[in-house]
Formats: sequence, structure tokens, C-alpha cells
Amino acid sequence: MIPALKDHHFEAILFRNRATLAMVLVSLVILMLTIRMFNLQVTQHDHFTTLSNDNRVHTVPIPPPRGNIYDRNGILLAENRTTFRLEITPTRVPDMLDTLQRLSQLISYSKEDLERFHQEIRLNRRGARRFNPVPLRFSLTTEEVARFEVSRHQFPGVSINDRQTRHYPLHNLTAHVIGYIGRINEEELQQIDQGGYRGSEYIGKTGIEHYYEEMLHGTPGIRQVESNVIGRVIRVLEESQPTPGDDLFLTIDSKLQAVADEAMGDYRGAVVAIQPKTGGILAMLSKPSFNANLFVNGISSRDYQELRDSGERPLFNRFLQGQYPPGSTVKPLMALAGLETGQITADKSTFCNGWYQIKGYKHKYRDWKKRGHGETDLDKAIVESCDVYFYNLAYSMGIDAINSYLSQFGFGRLSGADITGEQPGLLPSRQWKEVNREEPWYPGETLSVGIGQGFFTATPLQLSSAFATLANQGEQIQPHLLYATRSTRIENPQLQKYASLGRITIKEQSNWDQIHDSMRRVAHSSHGTARKIGKRSKYTIAGKTGTAQVFTIKQGDKYDEKSLPEHLRDHALFVAFAPMEDPEIAIAVIVENGGHGGSVAAPIAKQVMDRYLIDYTQEGAG
Amino acid sequence: MSSHSALDSRGVDHTRRKISLAFRLHIDIPLLAGLLLLTTFGLLVLYSAGGEDPEMLTRQITRVAVAFTVLFVAAQIPPHWLKIITFWLFMIGLLMLIAVPLAGESHKGAQRWLNLGVFLIQPSEMMKLIIPMMVAAYLSEHHLPPEPKRLLAATALIIFPVLLIAKQPDLGTSILIASSGFFVLFLAGISWRIIAGLAASAAALLPLFWIYLMKPYQQQRVLTFLDPESDPRGSGYHIIQSKIAIGSGGGFGKGWLNGTQSQLEFLPERHTDFIFAVLAEEFGFWGVLILFSLYLFIIFRGLTIAIQAQETYTRLLAGGITMIFFTYFFVNVGMVSGLLPVVGLPLPMVSYGGTSMVTLMAAFGILMSIQTHRRLLDQ
Repeated sequence: MIPALKDHHFEAILFRNRATLAMVLVSLVILMLTIRMFNLQVTQHDHFTTLSNDNRVHTVPIPPPRGNIYDRNGILLAENRTTFRLEITPTRVPDMLDTLQRLSQLISYSKEDLERFHQEIRLNRRGARRFNPVPLRFSLTTEEVARFEVSRHQFPGVSINDRQTRHYPLHNLTAHVIGYIGRINEEELQQIDQGGYRGSEYIGKTGIEHYYEEMLHGTPGIRQVESNVIGRVIRVLEESQPTPGDDLFLTIDSKLQAVADEAMGDYRGAVVAIQPKTGGILAMLSKPSFNANLFVNGISSRDYQELRDSGERPLFNRFLQGQYPPGSTVKPLMALAGLETGQITADKSTFCNGWYQIKGYKHKYRDWKKRGHGETDLDKAIVESCDVYFYNLAYSMGIDAINSYLSQFGFGRLSGADITGEQPGLLPSRQWKEVNREEPWYPGETLSVGIGQGFFTATPLQLSSAFATLANQGEQIQPHLLYATRSTRIENPQLQKYASLGRITIKEQSNWDQIHDSMRRVAHSSHGTARKIGKRSKYTIAGKTGTAQVFTIKQGDKYDEKSLPEHLRDHALFVAFAPMEDPEIAIAVIVENGGHGGSVAAPIAKQVMDRYLIDYTQEGAG
Repeated sequence: MSSHSALDSRGVDHTRRKISLAFRLHIDIPLLAGLLLLTTFGLLVLYSAGGEDPEMLTRQITRVAVAFTVLFVAAQIPPHWLKIITFWLFMIGLLMLIAVPLAGESHKGAQRWLNLGVFLIQPSEMMKLIIPMMVAAYLSEHHLPPEPKRLLAATALIIFPVLLIAKQPDLGTSILIASSGFFVLFLAGISWRIIAGLAASAAALLPLFWIYLMKPYQQQRVLTFLDPESDPRGSGYHIIQSKIAIGSGGGFGKGWLNGTQSQLEFLPERHTDFIFAVLAEEFGFWGVLILFSLYLFIIFRGLTIAIQAQETYTRLLAGGITMIFFTYFFVNVGMVSGLLPVVGLPLPMVSYGGTSMVTLMAAFGILMSIQTHRRLLDQ
């Protein structure tokens, strides 16, 4: 069939057939492609439109500005400042190592910065968060910003952004009260309401910042944006503004706080001052303190180690968590209990020869005054702080009655003040000892409790609160820090109402006056342990000194302040309220290892009270 | 003009028929019109796909101009001259292909380039034209359809360079060259039984091809093609985004410069291999129909030229060249719309880049040459 010679006509027809076939093939293929396109573009159009919108439209939360915190006079204690940060978007950086290397020549960053940076990248590695910029350095100086801006084109994916950063203008002075905020960690991420914290990077970690987190934080706004594939916003489609957090005004008087801080000098310890009538805390100080600003963007491990390992324990919140033996400061309260239970009367005396013995026991419970106070009645027992008198009283009252009376003044339980981290102290009882020590209660332990020693501990906050109650003649007001709030909804600050917790009822109302008067004589009589501060006082002080043992002296040994190492020396305490006739301020001062309450703690309290009672009145008059 | 004298020497009498100016310039007006429309449409889409970058547009316009110049030059070369040098071109091309793995330069993981001192050359690109030329020249020496012995030899002429190119690796080009060679065989009239046999042996060789020739990333592309959702962020990303772009374009499109998938950069390689998705998104189904019509017109014009050609060599060459263009178009649109696995082939005459455009314009120049160097009176 195949021709041997080239047959042009045959080949032309053969080719034309095949070429026509090719045309048919091409037409069929293009028809198939057309059907495919019809299917995608017409039949499935809606489906792909949805996918396309999902690609480009994103909801971006706008974090609310956090509420400011002010003191009672409107002085700023916590604010938001605009600071510049160096941020890197990992997905947009071609060579991270090289970029970091070159960046370090422009802007210095520490090993800790780098560590935290890499940690955050790991945390963000999944989902849409991998497109988030991650901060490398916070709080850039204007010089650093300028230096970077000049050569920013050399750093794709690196930018300097302004962000709101928390700032505490008074630094150390209010650190233990305000606390601080920090970057939300993984644990907190589990607990918070994810919706309310969309876009937020910070959360209150301690103090007021933690306790009032909900009020301070606010509600985020929402912005619908069209963004491109790397998440850069091209335009805003829709926006709803965030609701800023409420501003808080605290009962704290920061100037008074500064006076207390200065009065404390280099001593370790705590000062808490309360307005007895309102329960508002005027000053609350723990020394030494720390700079809360260091914590906001993650403290460097070197700084943290320094704070943590310091023997001074600056991070320890002494007024909330320091559980100190109240020492002799409980004596006025013990005396009141004694009068109420009928164990003593104002004029009945006890003879003090310098020590006390329980019948049938050899142990001698010594008075601080070795030679003894001699014939001692209630007034003298408080004014001169006679231990023997109260050993005797405690022994005759028994631990159960002591516990029941003192607990009414708030010992052994949380004061309930609006701040995070409070410790309850310990008011011992039979039951407590059996449960915790698996031992019965020994009578000798009752004697120790009677002079505020032994198992008995209280925080400075509890002490000040107890004496505010005493100043109020039994009216208990909730100690608190929140004075007023201001939200964007209501322009003027709204005062917080203070809450009465009830009244301690006693049989004989004159017993209050009896105790108040003895406390007055602590400061204003020639034998009073705090006579030094009462002498030239322009107002009447009702106070009580205290000395808390850190170190138990063996039977027969002598306490010699000078031979003991400082950290074993006694804590000096002083509690007071003034003016006695109409108390405006109640105060508790503890000076760790300070020695005597009368000589060390009382003058500190006096300076604070002077400032509050005299200087303010004069300022007001002037 | 030299062609005039050539015609004269063959005894053509010009007075018998009026010869148009275009014919004298060796230009085929319908083909030129189709190509001009296609490249213009392409530049329009490219301007949008490239983010309205005037520099990019200028560069591409320059390439288009160069490519058309190459077309005009190629159109002046009489086909029988081409036939004479075909064998030598083939040998040079083959030698360069062999030299590539020994002395070639790598770029993006593939070794495709030869440095000739003055410029870089991509031998596989030249082979797109040389293979159909060679097969056409070889088969036209004898009568058609080819005898089995000659068919076997022609198949070897195709397979050997294809394997060399696939090894580079350059899957797209090797498929293109294999199919252009095959189309020449098909047009040469090989029997259906042999076509079935070739198809069967290709199917049998496919597993070997998969195991020995395909690199892991190429295998991944094929697997992803079968199930794009299995790796939406990785290799499936291209095809998912491309389908979203096409589908969301709808009937009339989102409008020129307004495609969100492309303007917001969700679509990768939008100005090169995936430019068709930009067109489909911004111009919709109607735009697609216009584009398809242009391609259909050009391909039909090419096949018509092939049918009208007077010699076996020019017929086979014209047919083979046209079918390369078709394969380009089909593989690219099939890939972008998710019908075929992703192989790196541009949309001919539209995608950004000059290499394939110059090659194809040279091919269209040859087509015009074939059309305008006919002995008219023989018709």
C-alpha cells in the first residue's frame, strides 16, 4: 500500500488530515479549559469570593489604653507613656542572624533582650501570630531612633514603633502598693478572657495593678482592615474605638508617703498610716523598695538576681507579708480584754519584781526591766510597758479568751484591704497548735502571747487596722486603698463609699477612755516609753511602743544589744493614733532590727503624724 | 531583495499575480495581528500584576520589541536554508546540552545555563525549536508515513535531548520538547497503532521517570496537585491562591488593577507563571474567553499555514512549531487552574520575561517565512 516513491499529493492529503485532526484536538482542549474556567468563575464564584475575602479582610483589635493611677491629691502614680521599640517581623527578615548582627552596630541590645526575643518568636511560631512584630529592644532613646531611621532601608522587616508603656513616676516610693504590670505570660494567657485581651500585651502582676486589673484594663476596640499577604494593613474598612480603662485615685497621700520614706532612712521595715474614720490608707511603705519600672518589659535576669539575692530583700512586701511578733503593742488591747473579762480593774495592782513564774514551774518569765517595776496598776503597766503585769493577766485570762478578744481586732485573718498578696499573720489558739504542731497548748505559751511574742505574729497592715479600730472605740472600718474612680462615661471622679465592718461591743464604754488615756500617757507622761515624742507635740498622741524579739535569749543570759549581730537585734515597733480626742490618723511602724520602739520607731511615726496633722492644717490656713 | 531574485530564478512571473507589500516583506498579516493583540493584552495584565511598576512595563515592552525584531529577521530566512543548517544546529545544541552538567552554571537549584564568555545561553531553550526542525528535516528526506526504522531513529532524536533536559532538572521544557517532537511524528502520519504503542510505552516508563528523573520537589508538586489541601501553606499554596483568584473573578472580573488576590500579593509568581490568574481575577470569564479566542486564532492560523505549505519539511515544521505554542498555553493554563501539576512554564507572550518570548517569536518568524516563501503559481 505504501508508495515507494515520494507521492506529494498523497503526503499533502495525509498531512491535511492530520493537521485537521490537530485543530479538532486543540479545539477540544480549549473547550475543556473553557468549561473549567466557567466552573471556577461562574459556578463556584460565591465560594471563591468568600475565600478571597477571608484572605484579605482581617479584624485587628485595638488595645484599650490602661487607666492611670493617682494618689488622693491627683498626683500621678502610674501612667502610660509613649516609648519607641525596635521590632522585628521574623517572616519578613531574609537573614535573621545577619540582620541582628548588623543591628547591633546601630542599637545595643543585651543578651537578655535577645533571649526574650527568641523566646517570643518561639511562642508566636504558629498561625497568624507568626506575622506579628516581636520587640527586641524597648525604650529607645531619640538618638537610637534617629540612628536607625537613617539606615532603615538596609533592614527589611525591622521597624521602630511607638507603643504605650506603663511608667511609674515615683519609682521606688510606691512600688509595693501599686505593684507593676508585665507582659502576659503563657499561664495568664490560659486564664484571661481572650476576647477582652485581644491586642493587649500587658497585665497587672502585683499590687493595685493586679487587684484592679479589670477596671484598669478597659475594653478593646475593633478595626476591620484590608491587609496584604504579609499582614501589612492597606486600608481600614471599619473601626470601633476601645473603651479606656478607668482611672483610679488611691487613698494614698504620696507626699505623706515620701515623708515616711525619708523618716525611715536606711532602716528596713514598714509604715502603714490609716484614716480611722474612713479606713482609707494614707501611707503604706515597705523599705527597702525597688524600681517597678524595671519589671514592665521584663526585668533582666541580672537586675532580678540582684534584687532577689539582696540581704535587704527589697522585693519583700513587708506591710502585707511581713509577719512580725507585735510585741508590747498588743498590751493596750490585752488590757481592754482584761477589763472586759473582769480579770483586772483599773486600780488593782500587781507587784513586779522583774520576773514571773507559773506555780509549779521553774521557768522564770522575765520583764524587760531587770529590777522590776514594783507596784504596778493598769495605767503604769501600759505606760511603762510592764511585762509581768501582762504575764499575770494572760495567765489568768487563758489562751481561749485572749484569742477571742484579739481576733475581734482583726489579728490572725486577712484585713481584706484591696491589694493582692496579703498574709494573715497568726493569732495562735489551742486548736491551731493541735492541728499544726500536733502538741497540746502549754500555759507558758499563753504568757508569750500576752506580750505579743511566741507564736503570735501580725502584719503592719493588721496592726495599723487594729489601732484604727481602737481609735474609733470599736467601730471597724474596712481598710482600703481605692479612693475614687474616673471612667470615660462619667467625667468627674466617683468617690468610693467606705464600708463599716461593724462595731466591737463592750460592756463598759468607759474602758475605751481608760485605754486611750493610758496610751496618751505613753507619749505624754514622764515615765512613758515614748515620752521623747510627746514632749513638744502640738497634738495629743495615743501610742504604744513595742519590741519584738528576733532571738530568744537563754535563761540567765543577758540581752546585750551591742554584742549581737544586727540581724538578730530586736525589731522596734510603734503604734499610735492622733489627735487622741478626735483621731485623724492611726499608724503602725516597724523597724527591723531597730532595737527599741520608743527611740527608733516612735520618732518615725511622729514625723508622719506631724506632716499630716500640722503641716496640712497650716497649708490649708495659708 | 534577494527573495525576488530567488523567485525570478525559478521562473516566477510577477505580472500574473499582484503580490502584496506584506508578502514581499515576508509578513503574514493575520498572524501578526493575532500576536500584536495578544502581547498588548499581556502588557495590560502585566502592568497590573507587577503592581503598576512603570519600569517593569518598560522592560517588558523592550523585550516585546526585541522579540518582534527577531520575528521579522527570522521571516526573511528561506525555509530551505534552515533545512540545510538544521543538522549542524542540532549537533551544536546536543553538545551544549551534554556540556551543561559538566560545565554549566546553576541557578535556583537547576543547572541550565552555559557561560559562553560573552553571554549566558540556555541550550534547552534553543532545543524547543531545533528538535521539531530536526525531526521535520529527517522525516521529510523520505516518503510519509515513515518506515518503522526511520520512526525509531526519529524517536531517538527526540528522547535523547529530552532526557538530558529532564535531568537538569527542567521538567516543563522537557515535556514541551517531547510533545513538540511527538506532534511532528503525529503530523507525519504515523499509524494509530504506533500512537497507541507510544502512549502505552510512555505510561510504562512513567514510574521509572518518577523514581530516577524527578527530584523530590517535583514529586511533591505532583502529589500536591493531587491533593492541594494537604499542604495549604507549603506547595499547595500556589494552586489554592490561584484558584481563589480565578474563582473570585467571576463573570466580569474585579476590574483592571483591582484584583485583591494579586494586588495584595496573596497570589505568588503573579507576573510570571501565574499571570493567567491575575487576568482571570481582574477581567473575569469574559476576559478569559477573549484570551482563549486569541490563542485559538493564532494556533489555527499556524496550522492553516502548515496545511498550505508546499513541501513536507515546511508542513511538518510549521505544524510542529504551532503545536509547541499550543502545548505552552495548555500546560500553563491547566497548571494555573489546577488541572495539571505545577511545572514551571510561562503563559506564552503574556508572562513577564523574554527568553521564551524570543524563542516563540523566532518560531512565528519561521512560520511567516514558510507562508511567504511559497511558489505561488504552483497552487
